Amino acid sequence: MTRLHVDWTRCDGHGACAELLPELLDPDEWGYPVARSGERDPAVPAALDSRARHAVRSCPLMALRLFTD
Amino acid sequence: MNMDLALWALGRGTAIVALALLTTSIVLGVLARSGRPLGSLGRFGVVDLHRTAALTAVGLVVVHVGSLLLDSYAQLRLVDLLVPFVGAYRPVWLGLGTVAVDVLLVVTVVSLARHRVGPRVFRAVHLSTYALWPSAWLHAVGTGTDSGTLTLNTFAGLCLAAVVAAVAWRVAPSFAGRGRARVERVTS
Amino acid sequence: MSATTVSMLGTPPAASLPRLGVHDLLAVVEAAGLTGRGGAGFPTATKVRSVAGARDAVVVANAMEGEPLSHKDALLLARAPHLVVEGLVLVGGALGATRRVVAVGVHVDAGPLRPVAAHHGVEVQVVDGGFVAGQETALVRGLSGLPAVPRDPSVRVTSRGVDGRPTLVLNAETLASVALAVRLGPQSATSRLFSVSGDVALPGVVEAPRHALLSDVVDRARPGPVRAVLVGGYHGTWLPAARLPTPLADLTLGAGVVHVLGPGTCPLEATARITHYLAGQSARQCGPCVNALPRVADTVARLAAGPPDPRLPAEVARLSALAAGRGACAHPDGTVRMVASALHTFADEVSAHLAGRCLP
Repeated sequence: MTRLHVDWTRCDGHGACAELLPELLDPDEWGYPVARSGERDPAVPAALDSRARHAVRSCPLMALRLFTD
Repeated sequence: MNMDLALWALGRGTAIVALALLTTSIVLGVLARSGRPLGSLGRFGVVDLHRTAALTAVGLVVVHVGSLLLDSYAQLRLVDLLVPFVGAYRPVWLGLGTVAVDVLLVVTVVSLARHRVGPRVFRAVHLSTYALWPSAWLHAVGTGTDSGTLTLNTFAGLCLAAVVAAVAWRVAPSFAGRGRARVERVTS
Repeated sequence: MSATTVSMLGTPPAASLPRLGVHDLLAVVEAAGLTGRGGAGFPTATKVRSVAGARDAVVVANAMEGEPLSHKDALLLARAPHLVVEGLVLVGGALGATRRVVAVGVHVDAGPLRPVAAHHGVEVQVVDGGFVAGQETALVRGLSGLPAVPRDPSVRVTSRGVDGRPTLVLNAETLASVALAVRLGPQSATSRLFSVSGDVALPGVVEAPRHALLSDVVDRARPGPVRAVLVGGYHGTWLPAARLPTPLADLTLGAGVVHVLGPGTCPLEATARITHYLAGQSARQCGPCVNALPRVADTVARLAAGPPDPRLPAEVARLSALAAGRGACAHPDGTVRMVASALHTFADEVSAHLAGRCLP
């Protein structure tokens, strides 16, 4: 399963990721992404794979990473 | 003869568009840092456009430098790409272009390798764009055969105004927090 | 304590230490059923196994005592430092570790420890930092000369820790219990240290056998009437007085903190105070933690002090959900779990406060 991991020591709540992956993420009131599933590292379905990679590239602070478990 | 004219035109044309794109990149960079969206572009669109403008500018600078190397009237040598202020033609103004190109090269390489060098190195190198743009601007204003013309000065003035406005916003207190009411993190 | 339980604090230094391979060490640790005593309670054998086979490993004894109510590791280092050092030497030897370090917090007296450590070629390092400095990745950073704040947990310290080397971090008391288990057999490692504090006449460290009850531990500190007990630490669980006769084996003991509340203390006020402290101890690296925890603390404080507002419990739950699972370490998770435990155990007090009263 591909999962999206947020490095919270880098994330500054910029918000590009939540815009690119609204199915997976919502911005909280401070701008930081919340996983809609409540998972720590939300699962990324195959259909969202390319958008997830776009999100990883778009994060200005390189706080996102995709991994497989 | 015609070849030289063509190269000269290419050299000037790419220079103008490159400066416009570098200016756009700075403005979009500040907008990206602000965390504010831009219409239907959203926040991710701003980031994408910032990078596209920058990379396109890099491509145009390559053509700009290449065409002037080939243009015998420009008297540009390969050493002038690396060592500033030793040029035959307007060495000081040209030298600023050398500085700009060298910084641009480092910024581009590090930015493309940002996931490997990590956010701290990336950020430190990226800050040098605030030295890059003024060098490029001064080089544009002083070096070319259009230097001193009304068209060029107007264009340069608009670019300057845009960057000054962007930087003023960047340092304004209202800029902080990416537009959200929140406690800021502390990075060590 | 019963005759078969060996006192950790009363055990003298070993005349000589056996050299165990990793398989023999794991066998002893597993037979003794050892779990971590620093807070997370992780099976010690599993942790040791995660570094087995690594070359150039570092083994660290965590004596940071970042938990304000905990004093057991400091007392252990004062009264029986040899046990901690022996544990380090045994584990380090089994793993082929070339570096063994006791990491002590700034408030811990390392005087009695230093000569024993020096004798065994074990380093002693004082690490500066607050509550979170005792967290595994934060401690590893502190020992590597960086600020002692957590890092992203993706890279495990067992792969890359102190100075980039595979690192095993074990609580000081855990290592002492390993030393006892190896020297005297797995049956011997059955005592555990508790830091008792709060509304008691004799606060301090209590040593109790594993089969004891929570009330046995509390009684040793001469309490008055007990209203509630916080077990584990500031990230622990609130238990009502009715749960005092519970066997320790049935409880999540965390870092061994037992904090007693008497009838004169409002449990919601106590919870609010602790939550404010924890919010202030955030490393402030992670947005959700640095933003949500102070708001949780303020909301609990409003529950405790009024004015009454029926929306407050739901607001605590909402903010807690925003804090949990969204940080580089478990500080926000532990904090909101402790708060949830308080609102659950003190449900009657919550209702009373929402009706404008405080229960005596």
